Amino acid sequence: MTVARALPAMLVGLILLFLALPIVVVMVVSFSSATYLTFPPPAFGLRWYSVYFGSDDWLRSTWLSLWVAAAVVVLATLLGTLAALGIARLPKALRVLASALILSPLIVPVIVVAIGIYYAFARYGLVGTPAGLIFAHTCLAVPFVVTSVNASLAGIDPRLEQAALSLGATPIGAFFQITLPLIRPGVLVGALFAFITSFDELVVALFISGSGAVTLPRRMWDDLLYQIEPTIAAVSTLTIVLTVVLMGCAHLLGKRAAA
Amino acid sequence: MTGAGRGASVSLSNLERRYDRVAAVAGVSLDILSGEFLTLLGPSGSGKSTTLMMIAGFETPTGGDIAIDGKSVVAMPPYRRNIGMVFQNYALFPHLTAADNIGFPLKQRGVGKAEREKLVREALALMQLPDHGERYPRQLSGGQQQRVALARAIVFKPRLLLMDEPLGALDKQLRENLQLEMRRLHAELGITFIYVTHDQEEALTMSDRIAVMNGGLVAQVGRPEDLYDRPGSRFVASFLGESNFLPAIVRGVEDDIVVAECEGSIVRALCPGRPATGEKVMLTTRPERIRFADGAFASTAPQNRLSVTVTEAVFAGERCRYMLQARDGTAMVLKEPSSAAIRRRAVGERTEIAWSVADTILV
Repeated sequence: MTVARALPAMLVGLILLFLALPIVVVMVVSFSSATYLTFPPPAFGLRWYSVYFGSDDWLRSTWLSLWVAAAVVVLATLLGTLAALGIARLPKALRVLASALILSPLIVPVIVVAIGIYYAFARYGLVGTPAGLIFAHTCLAVPFVVTSVNASLAGIDPRLEQAALSLGATPIGAFFQITLPLIRPGVLVGALFAFITSFDELVVALFISGSGAVTLPRRMWDDLLYQIEPTIAAVSTLTIVLTVVLMGCAHLLGKRAAA
Repeated sequence: MTGAGRGASVSLSNLERRYDRVAAVAGVSLDILSGEFLTLLGPSGSGKSTTLMMIAGFETPTGGDIAIDGKSVVAMPPYRRNIGMVFQNYALFPHLTAADNIGFPLKQRGVGKAEREKLVREALALMQLPDHGERYPRQLSGGQQQRVALARAIVFKPRLLLMDEPLGALDKQLRENLQLEMRRLHAELGITFIYVTHDQEEALTMSDRIAVMNGGLVAQVGRPEDLYDRPGSRFVASFLGESNFLPAIVRGVEDDIVVAECEGSIVRALCPGRPATGEKVMLTTRPERIRFADGAFASTAPQNRLSVTVTEAVFAGERCRYMLQARDGTAMVLKEPSSAAIRRRAVGERTEIAWSVADTILV
């Protein structure tokens, strides 16, 4: 390999290293034996993992985040898929408008969305409740579902549905037998993104989780503010592993959809 | 599966489909007989596909009526019309095997699994694809996909089969094979076929009758040979096959034959009406029905004659194609079956051509 060709490769390698290093540091620190955050660690051990699994607070927040995310997956996937199907049937001008509205939570700064949600939810007693978190996270997750289902729908010949009807399928029968199986990869990718969106979400949680519904990212934030110890690195490592596994699933599904 | 009376009759009366102020179909009336192979032929935008989509139930008429076996179906949703349909580019379900695609309409009708499998096997055999049931559409060739689509559309024994340019995406050889196969299938099933195409050769080869459409209206309906021999309008004459058009002036009428002056010669033409003497008219005749009428043929040549100059000569294998210019400048085409024994004409040659009165139509 000549130097001219090696240079771009090295540059790309450096950029990737720059992106990955913080994650590597966190993972290494999580196995530290020290009682404070320091790098490199003086010695290695599983001490902070045992702290995490021994703490009711951490486990309660983890379960809360998991089941809030699960509920968000169900709601956002249902709403997002229906929205994408509806949008696909709109005339073009309306389709652009409806898409823009649905995607707006992605475009508006999250902090603005969070403030809006906080004031709106406070009025109905939803602050500090899991239900509030579920509704708020669903708003943030729906755009991802709509986008990925939309992409799936774009690849489907509209005549397939007509063919199903001409062969005697009712509109509902045609949806479940033809359309849904064909957009399933898009729906599943959307569901995974919905899960990750909710599970990783901090800003909105800061405003509305109160003291009654503290999610995992929120507890990590609090922990970082008040007591700097490597538990947070252990938790981070666990969430990173979970996220990477889910992203891997999404990637595989995407590949299957493209085939 | 054979037998007369199995096919549905379809009656379109004053059928109309408007989009805002544009009429895609502007009042089509057409009676399609039970068991008939009728082709809707026309250029794109002539309304043929929209007409078919209205019969299938995917487009709602803005006026007029569609009756199948005498009963109006306008208010009936497509899935209750029990019409087989073959789409352009097949519209096979990509996630189902060929067998499951064909079994789909049976499943919708609650046919049991064992019976379904038997009927699917029969349909695959009929389409000469007995070993392709487990393949997915993407594993089949274009011609095989077309056969599966056809099998899927007839497996539930509909009495009417609609086809929307089903052979458009296939190459010429395969298209010609499938044309013959469709004719065979039509004879075998005895059901009514309505076929949409813009390919006039396909229409002439397969149809019992052709309805030529233009601008959202039916320009002419008839048997292929009638349309070809007696086009009723300039549009039909030029769209269905190739035609020469000769401006002429009427000099008289003898029985049902018009005597007209054309390019300085007297030419006779068939005409159903009685045009007035002195009227300016257009005569049409087919390029393959004109002959060179000099030399040995001069005395036996048919009645209509013109003096022309050869302006272009093209050898095209099975025939030679000549561009000619008549005395007043009208361009004409003449097609002659090729033979090593016939002298080829040279560009610039002046000669006589002749053709029969029976092949001359006033349009």
